[in-house]
Amino acid sequence: MTIMDFPTFMQQVVNSLSLGSLYALLAIGYTMVYGILRLINFAHGDIFMLGAYFAFYAITIFTLPWYLAFPVAIIFTVLFGIILERFAYRPLRNSPRIAIMISAIGASYLIENLGVMIFGGRPEAFPTIQLFNQIFSIGSVKVSGVSLLIPIVTLVVLLVLFYVINKTKTGMAMRAVSKDYEAARLMGVDVNTIITITFGIGSGLAAVGAILWGMKYPQLIPLMGLMPGLKCFIAAVIGGIGDVRGAVIGGFILGFGEIMLVAFIPDLSGYRDAFAFVVLILVLLIKPSGIMGKATVEKV
Amino acid sequence: MLEIKDLQVHYGGIHALRGISLNVEDGKIISLIGANGAGKSTTLKAIMGLVPKTAGSVLYDGKDISQDKTRDIVKNGLILTPEGRRVFPDLTVDENIALGAYTRNDRAGVAKDRKWVFELFPRLEERKWQAAGTLSGGEQQMLAVARSLMGKPKLLMMDEPSLGLAPLIVKSIFSIIREINQAGVNVLLIEQNAKAALEISDYGYVMETGVITISGTGKDLLVNDQVRKAYLGE
Ligand SMILES: Nc1ncnc2c1ncn2[C@@H]1O[C@H](COP(=O)(O)OP(=O)(O)OP(=O)(O)O)[C@@H](O)[C@H]1O
Ligand SMILES: [Mg+2]
Repeated sequence: MTIMDFPTFMQQVVNSLSLGSLYALLAIGYTMVYGILRLINFAHGDIFMLGAYFAFYAITIFTLPWYLAFPVAIIFTVLFGIILERFAYRPLRNSPRIAIMISAIGASYLIENLGVMIFGGRPEAFPTIQLFNQIFSIGSVKVSGVSLLIPIVTLVVLLVLFYVINKTKTGMAMRAVSKDYEAARLMGVDVNTIITITFGIGSGLAAVGAILWGMKYPQLIPLMGLMPGLKCFIAAVIGGIGDVRGAVIGGFILGFGEIMLVAFIPDLSGYRDAFAFVVLILVLLIKPSGIMGKATVEKV
Repeated sequence: MLEIKDLQVHYGGIHALRGISLNVEDGKIISLIGANGAGKSTTLKAIMGLVPKTAGSVLYDGKDISQDKTRDIVKNGLILTPEGRRVFPDLTVDENIALGAYTRNDRAGVAKDRKWVFELFPRLEERKWQAAGTLSGGEQQMLAVARSLMGKPKLLMMDEPSLGLAPLIVKSIFSIIREINQAGVNVLLIEQNAKAALEISDYGYVMETGVITISGTGKDLLVNDQVRKAYLGE
């Protein structure tokens, strides 16, 4: 156990908030797609990776200023997610579940390997944006702009998301489709449109997460989506897969857990990535349906 | 208003509908009765475009809708209250009702209809904040009907609305069906409760393993020997 002074502790809290936010943004995509298609989108971590590279290229090759580059990257990532669903998943929607699962795994490998081919295997450095890299002092606590930016952007994005899901007609249709396709159709809901919107939102959030990730941990490689993808899938399961609030809670549990584990017990820092799995096993033993999950019957 | 000609449906190798023809005339209540597995639900699903037809046509006001998307069929006023209620359990009563009006953009009309269904089912108004999954079976059935009415049906198709309900609630469901019909909505009703259905129907069809075997006015069917033996348990 390490004894910390207060400013150091606060710094860790800020770091935990940042990492938790990033995990939450990525975990939501897993949970929303699962909620509507009962599909674990194994390619979601790779969509995250693409978001980071799109932003990187928009700034470096196309020399766009960040405030244009980021929206462009988000739009491209959204389109990519929608296209992925359209061509890799939709044709298999009425096939046995295992087929679409395998398609997702295949899509993941394909994107990663195309990434290595096109982007190259060498790490790239995400451009530094001066505005967000200033160091702020709050009392005796020093924090970087990015560390403040991440939780704030995440909070805003989450508020908008929850508004859409809970207060709009489209959100209502999304919730209806996730329970009963046929009944939703009978209300006049176009299920394909709702699925497209779901993939769009999930991919958009992954892109926001990826850009923020790039600013905080500015090293890009084509496999960078692998570990965060896996952890955020775990975060979604911990929170209760299918439940958006659960994904947020799961993301923050992992974010805080990882940072605090390393901060308080530096000897265990090598086990940082194992933390998610330990929590997963514990949650599955205590409450298999996850923190927010209801024990539901498998949809047929 | 609705004319079905020689409708056929296959489920894989199962020939579930072997050529169904039936008519719904304006202002009428029509019922469709038959044993379990006869193909009653399949007929309604085929009309709604939920299951693909292998032959035949569905004419709605003279226009063939058998290739239309379910969404457009709903928009045109053909609404199905499915078998087994199928309310959205996690959504509130009010949200279920709002979803019933999903395809509509006439806010004022929707608000008016919402008031109307709450008058028909005051119980639902008391419970509008409750999750639909926590309603009793009878209340869920009321919600399923209310939700269908929100779509502004010209033809309301109801698949066994009285299933599993207490006799008193069954009675009120049937009186509400009449009320809906008097409000100008045509009704196509599927019922196990053949007697009650035929009593309120202008016309009835009897189905047996994918074909229609007998048809006639509600009154005629009630006294038809075959119908009485097979479906009225007399
Ligand atoms: N999705 C499906 N796949 C395969 N067969 C089906 C499917 N749905 C219905 N069937 C078959 O089609 C036939 C007609 O079924 P349908 O549900 O239309 O009967 P029904 O008249 O509504 O019966 P009930 O009174 O029991 O509701 C049955 O033999 C049924 O097993
Ligand atoms: Mg049926």
